[in-house]
Amino acid sequence: MLGDKDRIFTNLYGVHDWRLAGARARGAWDNTKALLDKGQDWIIDEMKKSGLRGRGGAGFPTGMKWSFMPKEVKDRPHYLVVNADESEPGTCKDRDIMRHDPHLLIEGCLVAGFAMRANAGYIYVRGEFYNEAQHLIAAIKEAYDAGLLGKNACGSGWDFDLYVHRGAGAYICGEETALLESLEGKKGMPRLKPPFPAGAGLYGCPTTVNNVESIAVAPTILRRGAAWFAGIGRPNNTGTKLFCISGHVNRPCNVEEEMGIPLKELIERHAGGVRGGWDNLLAVIPGGASVPLLPKPICDTVLMDFDSLRDQKSGLGTAAVIVMDKSTDVVKAIARLSYFYKHESCGQCTPCREGTGWMWRVMERMVTGNARLEEIDALEDVTRQVEGHTICALGDAAAWPIQGLIRHFRPEMERRIRARTEKLAAE
Amino acid sequence: MAMITADPKDVPQVAHFAFTPENLAKAKELMAHYPPGRQASAVIGVLDLAQRQQGWLPRVAMDEVARLLDMAPIRVYEIATFYTMFQLKPKGRYLLQVCTTTPCWLRGSEAVMKACQHAADGDMFSVQEVECLGACVNAPVVQINDDFYEDLDEASISKVLDAFRRGETPKPGPQVDRQTSAPQGGLTTLKGE
Repeated sequence: MLGDKDRIFTNLYGVHDWRLAGARARGAWDNTKALLDKGQDWIIDEMKKSGLRGRGGAGFPTGMKWSFMPKEVKDRPHYLVVNADESEPGTCKDRDIMRHDPHLLIEGCLVAGFAMRANAGYIYVRGEFYNEAQHLIAAIKEAYDAGLLGKNACGSGWDFDLYVHRGAGAYICGEETALLESLEGKKGMPRLKPPFPAGAGLYGCPTTVNNVESIAVAPTILRRGAAWFAGIGRPNNTGTKLFCISGHVNRPCNVEEEMGIPLKELIERHAGGVRGGWDNLLAVIPGGASVPLLPKPICDTVLMDFDSLRDQKSGLGTAAVIVMDKSTDVVKAIARLSYFYKHESCGQCTPCREGTGWMWRVMERMVTGNARLEEIDALEDVTRQVEGHTICALGDAAAWPIQGLIRHFRPEMERRIRARTEKLAAE
Repeated sequence: MAMITADPKDVPQVAHFAFTPENLAKAKELMAHYPPGRQASAVIGVLDLAQRQQGWLPRVAMDEVARLLDMAPIRVYEIATFYTMFQLKPKGRYLLQVCTTTPCWLRGSEAVMKACQHAADGDMFSVQEVECLGACVNAPVVQINDDFYEDLDEASISKVLDAFRRGETPKPGPQVDRQTSAPQGGLTTLKGE
């Protein structure tokens, strides 16, 4: 188990002062100039060695992502964009960073911006997080007033401006290119890649988009050393991670733990266990709404990291653990997610726009068993037609929960169809 | 994709909209966050200012935002109809945005929704079903104007709404004895040991 001395988010619950004085007392902004003085190459190299994989869901190595930015600034300025559009159902970790430890994120923005030779950064905060954005705005002002941001930030000789940009309610804006479109004042509709943002991103300029948590951990990694971070967790799945444990547990919570912690230990140690005991567990969605659910036998032993969950045909995603006990109507739980994706599809690609609605309507019939047995295969087939055939991953995200349901709970779906058919025949 | 459609027939006609000097200054400040010529980037923020001033977004307010940002009006209408937080019709003084996505549903958002629907009179309270609000370890959640009310059940949301009716502002956050997103009943980490 991770000890408090290895925790990065020491004010996760907002017990202490979130402002500059409090953040400094916890070690933020401690000689940031010294970190920057070591140079861009050193920072990116340390981030690579730390093994940090992006905390927004995809798990792409952060240091490598930063290294894709051009090595010198030519005719177009570079931008850092932070994705704080946290909207993946089950996920509420970035909210705690912004409201309780905003200076970790702000210092991370300076370090990351410097490393990718950006003089400006935007933090795109989902519109619903109004109070969180206000904390962030106040903390940025404190940082400017203290000379930590702006011209010659921290006395480093590097100029860095940082702005908060509020969204207005759209899950799709968590997709990086939709986020960039939204930031440019357009509808949040994803762009085709390539070109990738590092080549042509915000306003057509080299841009890197990172999740809040990925940026906020960077200064601590650089201070304590890549080896410290890489020594936590398992190879290729290193470091600490914020987990959000929701649903049918006795004490839902956010917690920072070691990557690779067993799911069962995570739930029992921090969330007070499954409601009614571990044996009352039905299934867990381990990484936010987009990843396939896992039935109890897998939950008994699975480790919470990218590779372990991928091996179980699921994913770590945002590490949002949604727990369902045996009282759950699991088909309805997934049907509600299908409704979510139908609601949030931007409508740009036909397979997603039409497919999410179709899948939701069929899922609603599956809830009551108002279907024919062969329609389960038809549903599975349609998820395969949507998956991989859209510009962004929302289509995949809508398909995977249903695929997981069919993979693990097909007998339950069949039971409902048979029960309804028999009931009708008897009448 | 927001499926909000404004039917001109059931939306009150607003003849004129102008920003207050204070909001105009805020709008200009937002526009200054972006490079020259990129003022359209401020459209969400400036529409939000207009909505806060008017209570909702009539067509004339969108037109004023378009003029201020030098955008074609249709581009502003697109934004106002794409993003779900823009209200294209007048709403009650308190907008109850009830999250019913799976993590909230698992913990009883249906009962919370019923209580909110019961209270909705269109004048004091309006109610909207919304998708995940991003406070899932404090489910069920209702956003009331800018504040999140968390860890709700039928009784506690009713208490919150009663307090609003009395003209009070109940304390946002968890409505059970709990420190923000920490586990109820005692910390398992960060105990200061």
